[in-house]
Amino acid sequence: MGSFTLTHERPDCFYDRFERKSELQHQTHYCPGCGHGIVHKLLAEAIDGLGVQDRTILVSPVGCSVFGYYYFDVGNVQAAHGRAPAVATALKRSLPDKIVVAYQGDGDLGAIGTAEIVHAANRGEAITVIFVNNGIYGMTGGQMAPTTPLGKKTATTPFGRDALNEGYPLHICELLASLEAPVFLERVGLGNNKQIMGAAKVLRKAMENQVKGLGFSLVEVLSPCPTIWKMDPVEAQRFVREEMAAVFGIGNYRDRTATATPRPARPAPPKLEELPGILGLGNGDRDRLPCGETSAVDYRIRVAGFGGQGVLMLGEVLAEAGLDAGYHVSWLPSYGPEMRSGTSNCHVRLSSRPIDSPLVSQPNVLLALNEPSLHKFLPGVEPGGIVLYNGDAIPEGCGRGDVRMVALPFTRIADQIGVSKAANIVILGALLEATDLVENEQATAALHKLVKSPKWFDIDVQAMERGREEMRKTTMPVSDDYLWGV
Amino acid sequence: MTSKPDRGLVEFNSEECKGCGLCVEACPPKVLRLSEQLNHYGYHTAEYLGAGCTGCGICFFACPEPGGIAVLRREVAA
Ligand SMILES: Cc1ncc(C[n+]2csc(CCOP(=O)(O)OP(=O)(O)O)c2C)c(N)n1
Ligand code: SF4
Ligand code: SF4
Ligand code: SF4
Repeated sequence: MGSFTLTHERPDCFYDRFERKSELQHQTHYCPGCGHGIVHKLLAEAIDGLGVQDRTILVSPVGCSVFGYYYFDVGNVQAAHGRAPAVATALKRSLPDKIVVAYQGDGDLGAIGTAEIVHAANRGEAITVIFVNNGIYGMTGGQMAPTTPLGKKTATTPFGRDALNEGYPLHICELLASLEAPVFLERVGLGNNKQIMGAAKVLRKAMENQVKGLGFSLVEVLSPCPTIWKMDPVEAQRFVREEMAAVFGIGNYRDRTATATPRPARPAPPKLEELPGILGLGNGDRDRLPCGETSAVDYRIRVAGFGGQGVLMLGEVLAEAGLDAGYHVSWLPSYGPEMRSGTSNCHVRLSSRPIDSPLVSQPNVLLALNEPSLHKFLPGVEPGGIVLYNGDAIPEGCGRGDVRMVALPFTRIADQIGVSKAANIVILGALLEATDLVENEQATAALHKLVKSPKWFDIDVQAMERGREEMRKTTMPVSDDYLWGV
Repeated sequence: MTSKPDRGLVEFNSEECKGCGLCVEACPPKVLRLSEQLNHYGYHTAEYLGAGCTGCGICFFACPEPGGIAVLRREVAA
């Protein structure tokens, strides 16, 4: 009689059991006759056939196929709705040896994710996209998709899709074929045996393109959704063959696989040490960290005032000088509705350790250029911190015994040198005098870098010196007790 | 005259089959059908009529369930 050998069996790259829930671990969650199941099988066959199970990463979408990761025994990531091509881009760029597949429905790819797919295709990302077009939002119960044929009644087009109201069915392959970068675009169907076997071949080719290192490949699959279409599976297959295929022409829309050359590997990123040079940030004394006792420095500075007082600029000078002093720095201007009311503030950090967050909610240095800023930010200052306030005296009821508070009329001092706008730099001088934040030369170099006009640079250098002087006057005759007072 | 032995054989996993009927539709020599019986999930699962399978494998690709169908082919005597 002779014996039989298995020629077609459950593809290896499916898990043996689908541990989605306690029962039914041997079958998918798809409705009987759902095209997703067939596409899964064709994709699994391609992965097995090419021997790339160990290096495939599948990006699942939002939609009925959201659970791709329960089925495919490959690397899996589940992306936010429509974002699979962006996630796949990141995966492919950071792991160029992996075979990255974005699997998406037509709501996912053609509605909420239109921007992602167009740009990934336009950049020619070397990924494979499997686009399951069933003309409807399956998972959410049958709302119109951009691909719904004209005249079709859906939950959101109860009178049938009308071009004047909902536009025309979106032809993704044709749309992407207007771009230069894609290497392979083809539409297939699951409408009969011939179409299914054709789809198997095309899916394999789209995967093989990536194995060969070629660019962007997309396969659009016209796929039945018997449940939402309210048809039995055989009828739904007929609908794919006769109606979907009449709207969306089956065929190849781009095949440059013969001429495309493997994409060159991206150049390795520069070494961390080289970055300052590349960014033109000066020379090697940047690695010099403040040594000795100051090595655990962590200045968390909040600068606040009204718009026009140079609050953001003062923050920038501090950060720039800190950078020069070898600290890790951050500068974060605060934008928000409060900006409209004319106040302005920024967060600055100078630290001997890498900075976890640029936000400064508990400053140990507060530079308050006006009274409202003092009221607003003083309560948050860390005990032991320092507060410089632009005024003759700390306002009534604003004192805090556990922080060092200094009031000086910085704007008036700036007026004395003829430019009230330089009050911010007068404050800078005072701060440098009161702390060992950065050296004078580092602050001067920062000003030199940020202040383009020589006239203003001179004024600022003068303002900084005046700030130091005024601060010295307050500190010189008395002990720290005086400063801690108020 | 003796009839030639079948080239193929098809096996169903009645736990996995959802009775969609796509394999029945797909089979070129029409040697499949949906059973009169229900499996314990309530599906009329697919079954082989017992003769005539060519081992073409079409039903395997048409079936949406990963392990619903397996196809075997007769080994050709060397
Ligand atoms: C940000 C966001 N918006 C909307 C939804 C709701 N939602 C879930 S699936 C889906 C559409 C799925 O349709 P499709 O991509 O065609 O996949 P199918 O289910 O038909 O396979 C929508 C709108 C969501 N989950 N997240
Ligand atoms: S609703 Fe449609 S797309 Fe979703 S699983 Fe069911 S048949 Fe498939
Ligand atoms: S292998 Fe071919 S002939 Fe055999 S049951 Fe499947 S479709 Fe029919
Ligand atoms: S195609 Fe698969 S699930 Fe559908 S009836 Fe046949 S064996 Fe069952």
